[in-house]
Amino acid sequence: MRQDKSFEFARTLLSIAISLALAFAIIALSSKEPLAALRYFIIGPLDSASHIGNIIEMAIPLVFTGLYYSILFKSNLFNLGAEGLFFSSGLLSGMLGATTYMPPGLHPFVLILAGGLLGALLGLIPCAINYKWGASTLVVSLMMNSILYGICMFLLNNKFRDVSSYTIVTEPFQATAKLARIIPGTRVHAGAIIAIACCVFLYLFLNRTKWGYELRMLGSNKHFAEYSGMGVASIMFLAHAISGALAGIGGSVEVLGMYSKFQWTSLPGYGLDGALIALLAKSNPAVVPFAALFIAYIRNGADMMARLSDVPAEMVALVQAAIILLISSQALLKGLRERSLLSKLKGENANA
Amino acid sequence: MPSLVDMLLNPSFWFSVLRVTTPIIFAAIAALITDKAGIMNISMEGTMLFSALAGTIVSALTQSAWIGLLGAMAAGVLLSLTLAYFTLELKTDVILGGVAINLFADGGSIFILYLLTGDKGTSVSLASKVLPSVTIPLIDKIPVLGAIISGHNALTYIAAATVFAVYFMLKSTPLGLKIRAVGENSSAAQSVGVSAKKIQYLSLALSGLIASLGGAYMSMAYLPNFSRNMTSGRGWIALAAEAMGQGGVLATSAASLVFGFADAMANALQMFSLPAELVGIIPYVATVIGLILYSVRIKNAKKRRGASKKPL
Repeated sequence: MRQDKSFEFARTLLSIAISLALAFAIIALSSKEPLAALRYFIIGPLDSASHIGNIIEMAIPLVFTGLYYSILFKSNLFNLGAEGLFFSSGLLSGMLGATTYMPPGLHPFVLILAGGLLGALLGLIPCAINYKWGASTLVVSLMMNSILYGICMFLLNNKFRDVSSYTIVTEPFQATAKLARIIPGTRVHAGAIIAIACCVFLYLFLNRTKWGYELRMLGSNKHFAEYSGMGVASIMFLAHAISGALAGIGGSVEVLGMYSKFQWTSLPGYGLDGALIALLAKSNPAVVPFAALFIAYIRNGADMMARLSDVPAEMVALVQAAIILLISSQALLKGLRERSLLSKLKGENANA
Repeated sequence: MPSLVDMLLNPSFWFSVLRVTTPIIFAAIAALITDKAGIMNISMEGTMLFSALAGTIVSALTQSAWIGLLGAMAAGVLLSLTLAYFTLELKTDVILGGVAINLFADGGSIFILYLLTGDKGTSVSLASKVLPSVTIPLIDKIPVLGAIISGHNALTYIAAATVFAVYFMLKSTPLGLKIRAVGENSSAAQSVGVSAKKIQYLSLALSGLIASLGGAYMSMAYLPNFSRNMTSGRGWIALAAEAMGQGGVLATSAASLVFGFADAMANALQMFSLPAELVGIIPYVATVIGLILYSVRIKNAKKRRGASKKPL
């Protein structure tokens, strides 16, 4: 087991190393001043407190969608619906943030709870459709992204829109609704604490509760889970509800923490990022924040490089694609591992 | 609503149905070929997008639309072979591999576009070429039908030809038989000497080739140049069409036509001062409903089969 883990770890490190080498190669090939560009990419995001703050603030939404996919991967369920849930809950919290009055402290708490609830409900839809009629969760969740986006834009444009503004936004949030900044000199907000709390919760849930155990069992061997008398359907519903709630909380936190009014006019793209984070973290909630920080770091680096040199920030998408491909390659380093197992066995035989 | 009836009676509406269906059909057939070989390929969106860019660039460099089309095809095959290498050799999960390909194409196409043109939005500054439209002699003289069927881009007719070629290939050629055998039971196929890996490589390459035609259509026919994320979800709609068509080439094409119809409706309905946001979701809602209806049918069929077996 131990050796398995260290090989997993080595494979993750190797994947990251190859992907970063790819990034360097792309920079070297596409830039007229590759060394300067490389410096902005690597050191730029770390060179001041506010830049480090940028990394943390960008990591917060990634943690939530990373948790979304972690729980799905753990239970061997898969869908691509985080995007739509994130957006819908963000809009709900934003709309309520502009129109409701509550004491400070309680206000964002209630709004985020509402967002989480909406996320859980919406997250159940593809699961319920699959359960009732057998339609593919993957395809339904994908279609739901576009459907939710359309409905949200309709509501935003026709019901919640601030008519005095020229752009499509809600009215500004009440001061009480916004999440407080927690690190002076940066924009890091209380959502960071909520994100960590969600990681701790999910870690304990997966590893210390009966449901968590059943959920992992469903993931590692569905037939065994069925034969051992677990209610597989109810575990699947539970997994979708929790993951949906996490995506919903994420959307609400992002909107209340980063903006003063709801202003997204396209899907923000955190949905697919979540799959990348969960892969990097091996679906372990305790590792998700670090994976999110790493991706936020290379993205901030790419942004700085794009602003200060001639390499476009989209380079980072190539790096991310490479990370996904390599980390999920079961066969990468497999030969090495088999050889080491063999030599270990031989050693044991020789001793015996 | 009399104006809606007018719209449905107007041949130009049906012409536009065929026009918007073309890329969906290409992508859906591409998805179908790998599905037949037992691979869930979700990379159509990215493959189309990347091929769309490749077609634009190559046609601008060579000043030939047809060589541009070849460039698009090469790009599509290359991308699919990359996916094939990772899933078949390195055992990457094929869905995650598809996610990676889409991510790569999305960012990579903008990256390359920017390096070549200094523009992150469109390729208007490249003097790229457009594939020709074809007027079919005789048929274009038939009233109504001529206005609907004739005058499309060459790729629309190639799409129709592809449907029948793939139908025939899967049904009555040795290759088609092998693809289906690998998809249904790869160990059984292996046991009679069919290399499952080789067949899956081949089907992914074919899938990339066909999807790339859809991409080329986007940037060299539907619009005269490339713009970022111009496939805007057509690759995903195609997956739904393929799911609805459940392995049948003709059923998948029919499903694609339904989505094309919904898409054209969405475009046309915007003129009737219906909210654009809600009209825009029609194709996706139609997909979900279609998928549910299909799944119910399969479930019932299975139940019936199960019931008829019981007395034995």
